[in-house]
Amino acid sequence: MSSELAGEIAERAARRPRASGRGGRALAVQVLGPLTMLAGVVWAFAQPYRIVFLHPEGKGAYDFLVQPPLLVVVVGLLFSVLIAPGLVEDLERGDRGPAR
Amino acid sequence: MVPRAEIAHWLAASVALLLGLVLLSEVIVGSEVFRRRAWRAYLWPSLALVSGVLLWVVAVFSTFSTMHLLAHALWAQAAMTVGAVQLALVRGKLTSPHWPLLTAAALFLSGVAFLVHEQNPWLASRSAFLHHVIGWTIVLAAAFPVGQALQPRRALWGAGFALTFVVLAVLLYADRDAAPALGAALP
Repeated sequence: MSSELAGEIAERAARRPRASGRGGRALAVQVLGPLTMLAGVVWAFAQPYRIVFLHPEGKGAYDFLVQPPLLVVVVGLLFSVLIAPGLVEDLERGDRGPAR
Repeated sequence: MVPRAEIAHWLAASVALLLGLVLLSEVIVGSEVFRRRAWRAYLWPSLALVSGVLLWVVAVFSTFSTMHLLAHALWAQAAMTVGAVQLALVRGKLTSPHWPLLTAAALFLSGVAFLVHEQNPWLASRSAFLHHVIGWTIVLAAAFPVGQALQPRRALWGAGFALTFVVLAVLLYADRDAAPALGAALP
């Protein structure tokens, strides 16, 4: 086996754990938003009286605007759409320098 | 028309939850990757600063009680100070790794304000119960920024700091204006 080939194999082996670590971190960032949304949905089923749309009688504008389980879903959605994709992209870009 | 206190607390919970997710994601990917896009680096300082401004608005409407006014003013000032220092750190105007100690002091004083301005015992009502729990949670969580200042490379402190905001969000979401300390509060 040439020393060049051996060096290449060793380099690839050294790179693998870093790549899989990056994959795990990317997955962790990607599930944060959906997990938050899931928590909001579970909360809505557990306490349906927190959803004013289901019981609109005698409720004011603020009650319709601010419904805690739906807020949790919105926060999860915001994170999933605005923050997570860029983070995953930058993780996958690795050490190739700044994105923007 | 001024919204009910619980409405303001649920909105604050949403900001805290978003802040917690942002900080948690920074711990997961590391600060180097997180700050690769400038807008992301400014996200947590800006959220803290805007939270401070909004808390001042709440303080203005908390005239029904001097204690509430003072407590909200202290939280507003603490959030704005931390936000401003974080902005200066991101911008490179401040460089010392010990600046998280200011965040620790802000958290500690905020927790004390929660405990001091609640005059009722733990189980008097949902609001009283949450004031005590949130106060002690924040006082104890002040240890995380101290850890960040002393051991900046250890992820545990950052994770604890981030999860503090997630726990704070859960507690604020649990607030009801009129409810027993524990158990369901049917409308």
